[in-house]
Amino acid sequence: MKEVVLERPGDFAEWRGVARALLAGGVAPEDVSWRGGEEGASLFGDEAPVDAAGAVTLPRELLAMADRVICHRGAEIPARLYRLVWRAARERQLLARTTDADVDWLRKTDKAIRRDIHKMHAFVRFRRLGEAAGRESFAAWFEPDHRILRLTAPFFQRRFYGMDWAILTPDARAIWHDETLSYGPGGTRGEVPESDVVEDQWRTYYGAIFNPARVKIDAMRAEMPKKYWHNLPEAQDIAPLLAGARARVERMRAAAVSAANPRTEKWRTRVADDLLLEDELTSLGAVARAVGQCTRCPLHCNATQAVAGEGPAAARIMVVGEQPGDREDLQGRPFVGPAGQVLDAALDEAGLDRRRLFLTNAVKHFKFEPRGKRRLHQNPTAGEIDICRWWLDKERALVQPDLIVTLGASALRGVTGKSASIKSMRGQVHELAGGTKLVATIHPSFLLRLPDRDRAAEERAAFVADLARARKLAA
Amino acid sequence: MPVGMSSKTILQKLAVLADAAKYDASCASSGTVKRDSTGTKGIGSTEGMGICHSYAPDGRCISLLKILLTNFCVYDCRFCINRASSNVERARFSPQDVVALTLDFYKRNYIEGLFLSSGIIRSEDYTMEQLVEVARILREEHLFQGYIHLKTIAGADPALVALAGLYADRLSTNVELPTKAGLESFAPEKKPATIRKTMASVRVGAEDAIDAAKNRLIGKAKPPRFAPAGQSTQMIVGADAARDDDILATADNLYSGYHLRRVYYSAYSPIPDASSALPPVRPPLMREHRLYQADWLLRFYGFAPQEIMEGASGGMLDLAIDPKLAWALMRRDIFPVDINRAPRELLLRVPGLGTRAVDRIVAVRRTGKLRLGDLAKLTASVKKVLPFIVTLDWRPGKLTDSADLRARFAPPAEQLALAL
Repeated sequence: MKEVVLERPGDFAEWRGVARALLAGGVAPEDVSWRGGEEGASLFGDEAPVDAAGAVTLPRELLAMADRVICHRGAEIPARLYRLVWRAARERQLLARTTDADVDWLRKTDKAIRRDIHKMHAFVRFRRLGEAAGRESFAAWFEPDHRILRLTAPFFQRRFYGMDWAILTPDARAIWHDETLSYGPGGTRGEVPESDVVEDQWRTYYGAIFNPARVKIDAMRAEMPKKYWHNLPEAQDIAPLLAGARARVERMRAAAVSAANPRTEKWRTRVADDLLLEDELTSLGAVARAVGQCTRCPLHCNATQAVAGEGPAAARIMVVGEQPGDREDLQGRPFVGPAGQVLDAALDEAGLDRRRLFLTNAVKHFKFEPRGKRRLHQNPTAGEIDICRWWLDKERALVQPDLIVTLGASALRGVTGKSASIKSMRGQVHELAGGTKLVATIHPSFLLRLPDRDRAAEERAAFVADLARARKLAA
Repeated sequence: MPVGMSSKTILQKLAVLADAAKYDASCASSGTVKRDSTGTKGIGSTEGMGICHSYAPDGRCISLLKILLTNFCVYDCRFCINRASSNVERARFSPQDVVALTLDFYKRNYIEGLFLSSGIIRSEDYTMEQLVEVARILREEHLFQGYIHLKTIAGADPALVALAGLYADRLSTNVELPTKAGLESFAPEKKPATIRKTMASVRVGAEDAIDAAKNRLIGKAKPPRFAPAGQSTQMIVGADAARDDDILATADNLYSGYHLRRVYYSAYSPIPDASSALPPVRPPLMREHRLYQADWLLRFYGFAPQEIMEGASGGMLDLAIDPKLAWALMRRDIFPVDINRAPRELLLRVPGLGTRAVDRIVAVRRTGKLRLGDLAKLTASVKKVLPFIVTLDWRPGKLTDSADLRARFAPPAEQLALAL
């Protein structure tokens, strides 16, 4: 039986050095007896140290956990950790076997330490000591369950770099001064000031943020156990707040409804609805404002905004798409999403300048189905297209284009009022009532959906040809 | 003697403006970028996981200094303590007041940062400017690296929203009521379309910032992050006639359209000087709890709102049992599920198995077949899982289809009401 004495409880480097030597020496866990440190005891008790030369590789995750778990106050910790590293050196994937008793113990103990660390990050309360040369200094007294000061001090260093501070615990103290972190011996509560000027404000805040109508004491105590309360300035208010809660709620219930604040009308702004009358829709701007308030069909309920047509009133060519997509819905402009980019490139190739066209859609609101983080496009129904034609007709009447290009079947229905296949309409020039010419082609989003590259290139060329023909017809 | 507006002390203002802010449920400080004050004269850090620095006796976490800049408000939303027609005491902080409080609290490790909201004063743009100014002073003049959550005022200029996104970790715009009808009758100045437009501008701002980061030239400075903790919203539950299916459909719509990180559900609770339009009810805490569970099913368990509602009746979730269990009881044809073979998506549907337990099961079953005893180490709720699963040494037999399965889980009726 090899006897090992650790001098510095909670010191990972010391434990690791010993464990490494034992592992290299092939000393099985059942042959080691670990003892907590007493003054003057030698590291290896009475026996000679084992040879530390042989290197053993261990999973990084295990070492990270051991670094934390060694801070646990349990007397059995060094021995149990050694058994784990002994096994991990022999059994592959040991840590993945979360149902193994040793691994289960390790994970649970590690969790307890991490919780202790987390609560220390949360519940340390600094009190101000003073200020020198523009640098404020603070001190805190804290009693963690385990020896975790060295695991928590770096957090406070990162967070409070620009001030000086000290955290005192019964085991040790951490001091951040002149941008240097150092450790010292344990302290006492008396070394830290008894109060702080800001504590009144903090307690006022704590009392005011509490909602007396939803008292849940168990939820509070589960997360902020009573053992921490004596170091939390706000905790002295818990009992009085609870005692008064019921009466406060009763008073709210019993109070008769009071007359409205006499200054209500002076304060309130009238939010102008400015619903326009139909005969006021004499400009594209007025149409765009009015369509923004459209509730003619339920599509407005879920869309962000109506997307009105865009382009000069004097445009000779009007391009009509189906409906705004995800991007258009967010930005409030037509053809700014992926299909819009395809259209832009095709227009370019066909020799058309987008800025001289009037671009709009048969349906002004985005119709979609939510699916997780995405909105899946849904085709508008014939009914929705027909209802929305009211707006398309307004835009047509104001722009009075010589020629309309419809992109896809929905646009075709929006313009003509009839459902027809694009195939049957394509390649010819149609004349609408009033003499406006019509060129029917595909919607650019169709090109995005074609998986076959050759077919996509072919369809794209035909699309560009349709656009080029429209340019010539309108010239 | 009545205290005049100008003569209020910081302490008095704090009492008014924290009280006015407590009906906003969010206090999260998680999910932002990692940064700290190392090498600077400033303070502050964010490390991914937020910290709850205290808990109020209502069980809610106190992570941020959650206050209003002012509780004067030109809007008259019936459910709100700060509505114009309320006789509640009014106060207003200057941006410098809020900055000083935030820093004083932060240096003492009371908080992770600031959550600043405001009543609407003068105009939406003016109000938003004031909020942005507080964040600017904290970041630029005090090099504050802590967490900042700003309320985005619906209808404010998108340029102001864009500026807010540069200083804040999180932005939020509250929907408050899930249906248009609800808003029309309870919040006449609020328009759902305006709220959605503001949320859209936050999403666009975030995506533009990501694009700018991707397209930056090598060697050029990194463009600033835009609200790295994303955006969130809140819906009040129980103030109007909206049903749970309305609420979940709205949440689903918002998650998909504006990529919200969180939707908060806040049980309507009695407020001082309440409007006559609202009965002083007990806050429906259990309903709020069930909505949060349903929200988790939407976000992490692959449920569609319609599926969740299969376990509901009349558009309302079952208050006695959780929504996953309620769904499973209606869909017993899917069960039992073999723990050793079922794909992850199916394991996620088992009542009593959370995402973490499912991940552990998937990881550990690669090293060997699972028995019931193993399962007990992976999840705390083995008893709940039993009727729905198969392991090497367990088959539920007739239990899965037994008529009294719901009764095994539903608590006796009187336990339903939570203590007020």
